[in-house]
Amino acid sequence: MKGNSFYSRKIHSLLGVIPLSLFIVEHALTNFAAVEGGPQGFKDAVAFLNGLPLVTFLEIFGIFLPLLFHGVYGLYIAYQSNLNTGQFSYGRNWAFALQRISGVITFIFVFWHVYQTRFQVALGNVTHEQLGSSMHDIANSPFFFTFYVIGVIAATFHFANGMWAFLVSWGITVGPRAQRISSYIWMVVFVIVSAMFLLSLNAFRGDEFKEAAAALDVFTHTAA
Amino acid sequence: MAETTVEKKTIKFVITRQDKPDAQPYKETFEIPYRPNMNVISALMEIQRNPVKDDGNKTSPVCWDSNCLEEVCGACSMVINGKPRQACTALIDKLEQPIRLEPMSTFPVVRDLVINRERMFNALKRVKAWIPIDGTYDLGPGPRMKEAKRQWAYELSKCMTCGVCLEACPNVNERNTFIGPAAISQVRLFNAHPTGEMNMEERLETLMSDGGIEGCGNSQNCVRACPKGIPLTTSIAAINKDTTKQMFKKWLGM
Repeated sequence: MKGNSFYSRKIHSLLGVIPLSLFIVEHALTNFAAVEGGPQGFKDAVAFLNGLPLVTFLEIFGIFLPLLFHGVYGLYIAYQSNLNTGQFSYGRNWAFALQRISGVITFIFVFWHVYQTRFQVALGNVTHEQLGSSMHDIANSPFFFTFYVIGVIAATFHFANGMWAFLVSWGITVGPRAQRISSYIWMVVFVIVSAMFLLSLNAFRGDEFKEAAAALDVFTHTAA
Repeated sequence: MAETTVEKKTIKFVITRQDKPDAQPYKETFEIPYRPNMNVISALMEIQRNPVKDDGNKTSPVCWDSNCLEEVCGACSMVINGKPRQACTALIDKLEQPIRLEPMSTFPVVRDLVINRERMFNALKRVKAWIPIDGTYDLGPGPRMKEAKRQWAYELSKCMTCGVCLEACPNVNERNTFIGPAAISQVRLFNAHPTGEMNMEERLETLMSDGGIEGCGNSQNCVRACPKGIPLTTSIAAINKDTTKQMFKKWLGM
């Protein structure tokens, strides 16, 4: 990497919080609309996001580019690390190793997930309204369901543990007590956000999303 | 004189050896007679006196580095049963056998268990881990230090540059330029000193350049491994705070 690695690393760290951590929480909340409101609730949540002003601008500068920088530079950081949990099997060292492993898994998962959903919308193969039924198909495929469960847990761990590390790297949690309490808080956040994603993923398996898919099928067939 | 029958106890060692800096490492096994209160250094001295492997074949004496023999110089650091520590305070009675000795291979191996810790001393020079008081005239006494501060600063001053924290750190390796925990903690020590504080920005700027503090990945192995119990992760987080402040100060032109 060219330039001063201090600033690259600081940008990497900051982008992980703003916007990426905010985005993952927003994503969990939007998905959870599928649990609480069914197909209509999810559709409304997607419609709300699409109704945001400058939505394309937000998607490019608020999600896509930060994700690309954080992901690519993150792979470089992972490459620069040794994993020595065999020799030093302390909790924090495991978190260090898992942060890198979950980062790589998340990179692959997010790439594939964006290809299956947002990229298909961009290509015109599906509309935003049909994303619920896309997710129904994905969640009912045993392979993709497993892939999504692993991906979602990896992404959420990376987010929660990354927030812990951010607070250390910016000198906010300095002493061991502050760092320990922070680790409890972020592990609770990890459990809650993972549960939200997994419950939504389970909700997408429901027949009501299939009906929505069938209804859309009829709609598209008659339209065609 | 009455003859006392003593059970012939022995100690088994598996030592990773290397003949030259660029040679391939290999393992040799030794079995030496037990004496009470031995440490790894006295066992190595025994092997030096009689360099015979457990299969009865003669070999070259094992080389190691040691100096103070009271865990204040840091010279005899090596990996003992998988953990980096000082050989002088590694008591045989408290070690599981066979005792495995390896060099701290994060550093260049000179021969057998002897390593070159020069990168640590270069790091101290890089961050200017000293207090400049030389001048063309007598500068007089410096300001006094608060007792509460002196107490935690004293803990940081126990660092003996032994290299154990670098060996334990997953980010100190050949693909990474990370300076290591020890030098960062020394920056905190010298920045805490009322006279050393005058060069604070200079030290922080060094840690804000390539291979500086950003290399820390928070595995926190260093604080667990440090034989002197130095709060290395607290030092790193405190310097994270100071470098973050310094970054914003510079940006805003303060």
